[in-house]
Amino acid sequence: MNIPVWRRLGRAILIPVLALLTALAIGALVMAIFGDDPVRAYQGLFSGAFGNGRAWSTTIRKMTPLILTGLSVAVAFKAGLFNIGASGQFIIGTICSVAVGIHFEGLPAFVHLPLAIAAGIAGGTLWGALPGLLKVYTGAHEVIVTIMLNYVASLFAGWTVYAGGTQGQQPGPLWDPTAGAISETPDVLASAQIPWIVGPPYRVHWGVVLALLVAVVMWWLIYRTTVGFELRTVGQNARAARYAGMRVNGMIILAMALAGALAGLAGTIETLGLNHKFAPEFSGAVGFDGITVALLGQTHPLGVVLSAFMLGALDAGAARMQFESGVAADIIQVIQALVLAFVAAPTLIRTLYRVRRAPDEVETTTLTTGWAGR
Amino acid sequence: MGRTGQFWKTSSIISMAFALFLVVMAILVNTTSLNQQVWLRVLFGVSALNFTLRASVPLILGALSGILCERSGIINIGIEGMMLAGAFAAFVAKVATNSWPLPASLAVGVATALLVGGLMGLLHALLSIRFRMDQIISGTVIIILAAGFSAYLFDRSAVAEGKFGPVRIPLLADIPVLGSVLFENPPITYLALLLVVVIHVALFHTRWGLRTRAVGEHPRAADTVGINVNRYRYVNTVLGGMLAGLAGGFLVLEAVGQFQEGMTAGRGFISLAAMIFGNWNPFGALGAATLFGYTQALQNELLLAGVTQVPRQFISMLPYVVTIVAVSGFVGRVRPPAAEGKVYETEGSSE
Repeated sequence: MNIPVWRRLGRAILIPVLALLTALAIGALVMAIFGDDPVRAYQGLFSGAFGNGRAWSTTIRKMTPLILTGLSVAVAFKAGLFNIGASGQFIIGTICSVAVGIHFEGLPAFVHLPLAIAAGIAGGTLWGALPGLLKVYTGAHEVIVTIMLNYVASLFAGWTVYAGGTQGQQPGPLWDPTAGAISETPDVLASAQIPWIVGPPYRVHWGVVLALLVAVVMWWLIYRTTVGFELRTVGQNARAARYAGMRVNGMIILAMALAGALAGLAGTIETLGLNHKFAPEFSGAVGFDGITVALLGQTHPLGVVLSAFMLGALDAGAARMQFESGVAADIIQVIQALVLAFVAAPTLIRTLYRVRRAPDEVETTTLTTGWAGR
Repeated sequence: MGRTGQFWKTSSIISMAFALFLVVMAILVNTTSLNQQVWLRVLFGVSALNFTLRASVPLILGALSGILCERSGIINIGIEGMMLAGAFAAFVAKVATNSWPLPASLAVGVATALLVGGLMGLLHALLSIRFRMDQIISGTVIIILAAGFSAYLFDRSAVAEGKFGPVRIPLLADIPVLGSVLFENPPITYLALLLVVVIHVALFHTRWGLRTRAVGEHPRAADTVGINVNRYRYVNTVLGGMLAGLAGGFLVLEAVGQFQEGMTAGRGFISLAAMIFGNWNPFGALGAATLFGYTQALQNELLLAGVTQVPRQFISMLPYVVTIVAVSGFVGRVRPPAAEGKVYETEGSSE
């Protein structure tokens, strides 16, 4: 079938765009109902995201980890797996990269930085591969295991930077003694920091370029290699893939390990590029946002980049919105949930706007049909 | 082989045996000189058992919520969100009625939790049945929505005054050890235990239960004999939402007394694990919830007793690690309802 590229593109972004607009509209309605001024809120949101150079740099900064966690969730989706564990993998990646980043004094940057990044990726890979292995060998569903690992990761990370004190507990191994009672690590050494593209006050680092490159690599991997083909086949129909002689179990482990690596890299880049240290409050909701990014981007790496940009802008504008209009920034989370709802149920949008489905379009995402077995 | 026949599956046996073991040890430790041993007291003291029950109640209710939904074929991963929504609703209602007499105000809190939980259930049913969203994603939407809404609307200066106190059941409460653990509890705890029995009977010994299970196992066959598949799914998911909402109400109105952001802290997911571990059976879920509740109690007891050199973060990992071990060790041996997670379409209809 020869459908022009622009038509295909238009069709692909129609639903996400309508989803976003509808979510914003409902968000406005919610704000109006609870006595906030949506117009001022959205003005603040917009100026906080795109109003000036600083706003743009914040948007780019917020988008960087979202690209990677979005890719993480997306690659698992491609193999028919739901990775809710991006936040745990993110945290473990962060901790591993910081551990390497604050030690090894005297290494040149061209050795130290890659080493720290590799450590972060390795940590994330491990944390992602574990649920994959458990799924293959015991049948434990990855959704429950990844969620539990999120809590474990966050407690583990909390321990590494724990300042000690109460009940005679010792400080954690990565705790910065000069921080006093605050639980955080020291800054990573300059040789392990990702350099700025534009330094403070704009604070845009090369991590964003790295994330974009990774997105291109993931696109190539998923759509242009045999492994990617096997991954997608397993995701669409594991039974058929097995009959065709594909290593279904291997693909499940690989997809989860890859997902973990990407989320771990997200934490690594965020730390080595921006925060330069780990403090428990840095982890935030990046993992859950990754789910929205992946689905809004229709699990396509290019789409993920675009949706990471959209959600990054929402995130960037939230603080300004709260400052200027007094509307709690948490409303953004409500909007994100609505976006997720609308993109995951295209039928909803189609009913709402009476958009017809093209005959050749495949519609539903099916992730699981049960907790055990495959 | 009927589903009742699977009652004595491995996981049910293990969790029931575990509960029995706890009771026997508790009686031994608390009535003999064994209670001189700090470790034994930490593991089996009355306070550990009290903690266990209190930690188990939201898990029991959450697991029952999951059982109702999944027995009819709807995966409910959104329990966590429904719980949080229920907790927040209970809190808002409690704060709004602070000036009322305490029992009335608490009753309004419970009713609101049930209502909001039910609405979340309805949303889940609508999204996954009417709009054919993947049920896991729909559940995730509910989780994020609940977290976002409760954070957006949460007034940090609001204070709920008062919570449910224990109701002593005469005579029964005089039984040594067990009496004070089981028969001196606040109302929602009793209700949760009662619901285990009620839902067991309803599922396995009523026409409604038979039909629910049929809908979850083989919707086509159920449809053929004239059962309205989707109506059963709607009703069960709404009921499930109400149970999860009640679990949230328990946290605010009975356990903590206040609302905190993200206060469900993974209990919804642990409930899911309890449901799986308990083989989609109310009593199995009760046993599993006790097991998970016990790990949380242990965490508290170890910290309070200060008997450990292990960092507290590692002790706090216990419930989550045990959940992972439980789902990896036993899932192969349980069988979820066959039609779970699949949209049912009547023959011949397409849209």
